[in-house]
Amino acid sequence: MKFTEEHEWLRIEGDLVVVGITEHAAEQLGDVVFIELPDTDQEVAKDDEVVVIESVKAASDILAPIDGEIVEVNAMLVDEPGKVNDDPQGEAWFIKMKPADLSQMDEMMDEAAYKKFIG
Amino acid sequence: MIDTTTLWREAPHASAEGIAISGIGTEGASNGSQLVVGLVPDFSKPVDAKKGRDMSDLKRTGLYDLHVELGAKMVPFAGYEMPVQYPLGVMKEHIHTRTSAGLFDVSHMGQVLLRPISGNVSDAALALETLVPVSLLALKEGRQRYAMFTNDAGGITDDLMVANRGDHLFVVVNAACKGADIAHMQANLSDSCDIEIIEDRALLALQGPLAEAALAAIALVADMKFMDVAVVASAFGDLWVSRSGYSGEDGYEVSVANDQAAAFARALLATDGVEPIGLGARDSLRLEAGLCLYGNDIDETTSPVEGAIEWAIQKVRRTGGERAGGFPGADRILSELENGASRRRIGILPDGRAPMRAHTMLFADETSDAAIGEITSGAFGPTIERPMSMGYVTTEFATTGTTIYAEVRGKRLPATVADMPFRPSTYKR
Repeated sequence: MKFTEEHEWLRIEGDLVVVGITEHAAEQLGDVVFIELPDTDQEVAKDDEVVVIESVKAASDILAPIDGEIVEVNAMLVDEPGKVNDDPQGEAWFIKMKPADLSQMDEMMDEAAYKKFIG
Repeated sequence: MIDTTTLWREAPHASAEGIAISGIGTEGASNGSQLVVGLVPDFSKPVDAKKGRDMSDLKRTGLYDLHVELGAKMVPFAGYEMPVQYPLGVMKEHIHTRTSAGLFDVSHMGQVLLRPISGNVSDAALALETLVPVSLLALKEGRQRYAMFTNDAGGITDDLMVANRGDHLFVVVNAACKGADIAHMQANLSDSCDIEIIEDRALLALQGPLAEAALAAIALVADMKFMDVAVVASAFGDLWVSRSGYSGEDGYEVSVANDQAAAFARALLATDGVEPIGLGARDSLRLEAGLCLYGNDIDETTSPVEGAIEWAIQKVRRTGGERAGGFPGADRILSELENGASRRRIGILPDGRAPMRAHTMLFADETSDAAIGEITSGAFGPTIERPMSMGYVTTEFATTGTTIYAEVRGKRLPATVADMPFRPSTYKR
């Protein structure tokens, strides 16, 4: 699993990359009450806003961590946004992407580096 | 990215008894314009007293050490370091208050005694009536009433609670406004009242269906009714109790000597069903209850009629009444009481699931250019299990059931004008 400074995690699954937010991010956000997912079958560029997540505290945008095509979204989250608090790094993934260039993940943090990053 | 700079924002200023966190501001920041002060956790720097932002200029209440011990996340709020949430989290704290009981530290609010120089409390009442459009002469001993300070333009400079305690009045004002409120009272009431600012007492709110049982174990308060006030003896010294609050629940607000406050709070927290509750849940509770947050939902630019709090203005202060007018902004306010105002504060229930937060613009339809109003508070309602908002619209759109549109992230989303409270209140009348 790889991690970004924007508190997303990326996991390679076959030829796809699964994206979600970290436990740390979920904890900081507080109870998640709303999630807006993107359309599938669309090309996005790194840093495009792809997911809106709202907690009891605020609205946040989740940015695409890499270039690629969004091929699947976790529709369950629309009805059960609280899953993001229950299992952010497992069941509550947001999107699956077909990466344009997997090497974009090379520079990302591994778990140890991310833990250090969040202190 | 997750923009942590918007996670906990301070609201413009304070609310009466109020509190809140709208979009997420809380009762009060500075007096003044629409600022959104970033008080916000940066993910890499958790906000607490040890690391993170500089809290050195902030005041602490007598319960600060207890908050830290209980694991609260402390944030700057109206010049104080206050608990925004405890480990339970905002959603569970909210629901706990509605189903059991929640204990809130509201010691940052201003407590003031107005002692009539004549010794006759009606002189203090008449004097304060020159600053608020509310009948205080009719306020009986042992009773409390909601009021608002107005300015010459008919706007609201703060909302407050006024209690008649026999030979004097007890006033509770918002934290962020208390300096200005006290100066205002000193400038206008000093001829008739000694103005005593209470600095040595904490203020706690105990709210929820188990509040009565918890407090009754400590003091004789069970027979009090909504908006009754009493000074009640206890093991923690005299408690200044009112049966009121700002959550829509039955409950109490209790002023207790600072040196007894932590012990009093611990005794309540040791009671079954009582949990500490932070400013985050206080905001969603008051919003479900349809209560205004001063600085968000009412301020110096909104009149009592626009703000839909004219129910607090008794007949005797209205045109034709025995003591009609005689408060700042009376011309405008009396006229609006007769003829209505051009805009009105309303409840708003989004048709969909997306919360509509403060400063979201409102429209009549999906395409028109001109806004009809703006949301002033918006959040997810944990008890009603849906998003809720309040805001202002021009009066023609203020009728319950009207469909309006809010522009959220560039999209016009439908919402319905709704009656408040969103969740029926449970006051013990």
